[in-house]
Amino acid sequence: MNFDYSEEQQLLADSVRRFLDREYDFEARKKIVSGRGWSEQVWAKLAELGLTGLPLPAEHGGFGGGAVDLMGVMEAFGEALVVEPFLPTVMAARLVARAGSEAQKRALLPAVAEGRLRLAFAASPKGNVVGAPAAGKLVVREADALFLVDAAEVKMQPYRTLDNMLAAEIDASGLKSERLSGDTGILVEEAVDFATALACAEAVGVMKSACDATLEYLKTRKQFGVPIGTFQALQHRIVDMFISCEQARSMACLACSKVDSSVDRAERARAVSAAKIKVSDAARHVSQESVQLHGGMGMSEELKVSHSFRRLTVLARQFGDADHHLERFATL
Amino acid sequence: MDLNYSAEELAFRDEVRGWLAASLPAGLKDRGHYTKDELLAWHRILASQGWVAPAWPREWGGTGWNLVQRYLFEEELGYAGGPPLVPFGLAMCAPVLLRFGTEAQKKRFLPRIYHGEDFWCQGYSEPGSGSDLASLKTKAVRKNDHYVVTGQKTWTTLAHYADWIFCLVRTDPTVEKRQEGISFLLVDMKSPGVSVRPLILMDGAHEVNEVFFDDVEVPAENRVHEEGKGWTVAKYLLGYERMNTGRIGESKRQLAKLKELSKNKRNDVRFRDRLSRLEIELIALEVTNLRFLDRMRRTGQPPGADVSMLKIKGTEIQQGLTELAMECSDPLAGDENSLALQKRYLSMRKTTIYAGSNEIQRNIIAKMTLGL
Repeated sequence: MNFDYSEEQQLLADSVRRFLDREYDFEARKKIVSGRGWSEQVWAKLAELGLTGLPLPAEHGGFGGGAVDLMGVMEAFGEALVVEPFLPTVMAARLVARAGSEAQKRALLPAVAEGRLRLAFAASPKGNVVGAPAAGKLVVREADALFLVDAAEVKMQPYRTLDNMLAAEIDASGLKSERLSGDTGILVEEAVDFATALACAEAVGVMKSACDATLEYLKTRKQFGVPIGTFQALQHRIVDMFISCEQARSMACLACSKVDSSVDRAERARAVSAAKIKVSDAARHVSQESVQLHGGMGMSEELKVSHSFRRLTVLARQFGDADHHLERFATL
Repeated sequence: MDLNYSAEELAFRDEVRGWLAASLPAGLKDRGHYTKDELLAWHRILASQGWVAPAWPREWGGTGWNLVQRYLFEEELGYAGGPPLVPFGLAMCAPVLLRFGTEAQKKRFLPRIYHGEDFWCQGYSEPGSGSDLASLKTKAVRKNDHYVVTGQKTWTTLAHYADWIFCLVRTDPTVEKRQEGISFLLVDMKSPGVSVRPLILMDGAHEVNEVFFDDVEVPAENRVHEEGKGWTVAKYLLGYERMNTGRIGESKRQLAKLKELSKNKRNDVRFRDRLSRLEIELIALEVTNLRFLDRMRRTGQPPGADVSMLKIKGTEIQQGLTELAMECSDPLAGDENSLALQKRYLSMRKTTIYAGSNEIQRNIIAKMTLGL
């Protein structure tokens, strides 16, 4: 039992944070969002930092990392509200690494690690897929099979999600494609659990940033001649926000740790669903309270907290909302 | 980071679990209330094994276990379902003596606490001083080699069993800062002038009392730490108290029993989801508690004010569990089992009020952790 990040994990999270502080502040992010929806320079830097290769197998240019290795990174992404299609790429790459042929892995994984290729996963040939417009290849599930398709051949209607992530409504039906091998149900469930654990870690980062911004606001905003943080009604509410965030952090730790260590499918699934339920509840609580405690300013698009609200609203429901995971938790 | 216990930690847990299963008399399991003899019987069984005060220094009977082992032991002890180890001597008076007591005080009191020879209670709250503890009025006037104590304490848990009471008393009513005129006294309950009156709570149980002091003579050697420094002692102790209020092992047992109890509600999705959410709250609390222990281990620092959240979440979970358990009974039932479930719900409402109400805990976090 230990909760330490290893020295490498801590160094990596620190350098990602430094990079984001320097080049991915709120204004820089705004430009990316109003432009293409992701940034080639940022992506190149993520690759240079080793992030795109981190979860890939060592024999294909990666570092063989797991969910715990990415946890600190995902938290940092959450704090900065990063919109780059990192999670879709990592999740689809995991499927290729587990179900691809040697040739497929050789063709795709080193390119992902080097930052030359982005991927995305589509749960069905038609549907809404985050990251698809930035991807070179898609991993598509069709019934009991997984296929690799060229993104260029897929019909796409690009758009932005509520939280400004680049996505597309795709139609990949009837395309020439390569098949991946293995039991699709097991593979996809494992990859979704992996991505869900990482989304939990990301949500914890967003919540931390929302809590910190709200605390700062309570200390500086004055009404009736005093900082509003002197009012007990507000103090107790922000304390509850911090408690929600800490409880969610604990569950994100548990989910990432179990995704990496569980040999038993049920143990992993139970931890991930429990985490997603707690994180979804906490995300709703923290986001709603952070806007409320900011008063009118919380509604303004000018403030980061409103964008944290949008991100948390989506993250609370992405990869299954609390109700979905309550249903699953009950069967485990 | 690895949230799985190591093989050594698991072996330790199994050893503790095995010993508890073999040593806890069946008649002492899962009862809401215990007599003094029953409480002490279990205390003495643990003392004879050398496990009644793991956190104490080794020279006084501590086990030398690390933080994770102590946590595992506490969890298993709670999960075993025996009588609670009454904290007033073991976990409150003793740490105070170890930190502030004289050698003579330690030698006199610690072995008797360890072996369950003295039963202790806590004299803090007064009729006019609950959350605002520093407003307390029970006064102690120095006369030669003793103090004369006059006043009243209230909500005193198990005072009717107690041989000794540790008290916060006002030794100087003239100081401007009221925290500075308070001292920490150990009072023999057999002293002339001490009287105890029961307060019956809404579940009908006699657990708490009023304690009256009518010109009670207390030897000056029974004062712990300097005169006027009682508030320092009290603050030190409050930190200790909060570490002990997650009650995770106990809640795990209640959860397991609740799952058994609610078997016929298996198809009630609304109930099922409430139960699941509570279970997940408990898992999150356990991991949070372990994270705090891990931080203590790494930094060597005592717990910060944010451990108050363990008290807040732990008590909310205890209440939630008893509420769901109550809902497994007919609201109009009159049989003993159903009424026991319902009364446990009544009784557990105290948990968010005692040991620093949850609102006071939020004040502490707001001030100490968030700097508000």
